Amino acid sequence: MIVGEQKPIKEIMESVAPYKRVLILGCGTCVKTCFAGGEDEVEVLASALRLAFKTKKQRSIEIEELTIERQCENEFIQEAAAGIGRNDVVLSLACGAGVQAMAERFPAAPVLPGVNTTFIGIQDRPGIFSERCSGCGDCGLARFGGICPVTRCSKKLLNGPCGGSQNGKCEVDPSIDCAWHLIIERLTELGQLDNLKTYIPPKNWQTSTSGGPRKLVREDQII
Amino acid sequence: MNLKTSSKLEKILKQGHIAVTSECGPPRGSDPEVITKKGNLIKDHVDCVNITDNQTSMTRMCSLAACVHLKQMGIEPVLQMVTRDRNRIALQSDILGAASFDIHNILCLTGDHQSFGDCPEGQNVHDLDSMQLIQTVRYMRDEGKFLGGDDISRPPDMFVGAAANPFADPFEIRVPRLAKKVACGVEFIQTQCIYNLDKFEEWMRRLRERGLHEKVYIMAGMTPMKSAGMAKFMKNRVPGMDVPDEVVKRLAGVEKKKQAQEGIDICVEAIQRLKEVEGVAGFHVMAIEWEEKVPEIVERSGLYPRPAI
Repeated sequence: MIVGEQKPIKEIMESVAPYKRVLILGCGTCVKTCFAGGEDEVEVLASALRLAFKTKKQRSIEIEELTIERQCENEFIQEAAAGIGRNDVVLSLACGAGVQAMAERFPAAPVLPGVNTTFIGIQDRPGIFSERCSGCGDCGLARFGGICPVTRCSKKLLNGPCGGSQNGKCEVDPSIDCAWHLIIERLTELGQLDNLKTYIPPKNWQTSTSGGPRKLVREDQII
Repeated sequence: MNLKTSSKLEKILKQGHIAVTSECGPPRGSDPEVITKKGNLIKDHVDCVNITDNQTSMTRMCSLAACVHLKQMGIEPVLQMVTRDRNRIALQSDILGAASFDIHNILCLTGDHQSFGDCPEGQNVHDLDSMQLIQTVRYMRDEGKFLGGDDISRPPDMFVGAAANPFADPFEIRVPRLAKKVACGVEFIQTQCIYNLDKFEEWMRRLRERGLHEKVYIMAGMTPMKSAGMAKFMKNRVPGMDVPDEVVKRLAGVEKKKQAQEGIDICVEAIQRLKEVEGVAGFHVMAIEWEEKVPEIVERSGLYPRPAI
């Protein structure tokens, strides 16, 4: 899933301060799962903002709450149209894709981000999320025992570990597992350690963000 | 003698001499005298001098410019180049720039992560890894081509080196990883600082089992300790370093003002022991901000005078 984290309340307050009527718009998919922007978070944030503006004795602020299934899909975005019409600004708690989809669909309405989109990852255990995929557009997981060095090695090394790992931990921070340590363990279990002998040539980053904004065209799906 | 480059280091190693290299860290400023002074302290006692490339990710004078200053003094430099900061265009471009000054040695490295340095907010590039950089230099030199396939007019004439850390984890992968660097075309290796001699000798034994000592020149990395405090710091804080307790205890066991001399003694004793290890082709003496001690270490280790080439 796409993992995100709600922005600090101070930053959110500053961004909504110029507006009188605010629609806090939640998204019911990824950011709900990571507790950043689902229905519950919309409710909590709305209460916090109401309280904060009230105690600051600033002019009143009206807050409306709404959560739609997905802000990144047109089919669901439409459900927000009436609410957007009633307010001066949208505070979107979706990921960056959702915020931009809303802005495109409702060009007259200012859309503010309420969440920092952090990474594509998983929930390791309740409350702990970690990154798994960089969306590089050329998946090499088959070679690496299903563990991605592009994402999980701090130096994106493709041909084996650097000289800085110790006790299975990365030189950057002992709380980070050395991706190459994990790869070697996994390949050993799979009996595929010989994979590491293969020299992997420089990666083609064109399929990643280096090639400019990406677009995927599926001819078979175009109506 | 089958020489592939104009490198003095290559000649010395191929003639069967025990090579001695050292290194200088460039200054955090633009004063060339910092480099030339360090160069003057060691020039008669070593064959070549490495110039580090923004080591520990602290921004410094670039390695290439510092190499040129040494070259102009008649010292043969080894250009260290890390993949952390430059993409493949910049790496190839700097290699050509170095080649235009007839810099004949390069050490291909990944580099410390930028989070250790003065710009932790910076991008880490890592477009290539060190293995791929080795192949890139060899390709540019041997095929006379850019990575993109076009011809290079006057290709680089460089002896290609890399680092190896016999002490990083997992230990089992260290010799296979060296084998991969050799397969990529590395010609000499300078190791991480060695304090755990037993473990280094075990690494060398495994390396010889695969015949790697006949395919690549191994230069043992030596750094004298200045104090027990430095030994503790290296043991606990420097990534990939293996400092046995005995070394810390031995330094701590002498009075403070004699610890530096004890550190030099430990270093000289280590070189004397490792000289006898089959496959050790030279020593890379990294006296960090202590270049003035290199002559003493080299002389007492029986590595002086240096061969005239």
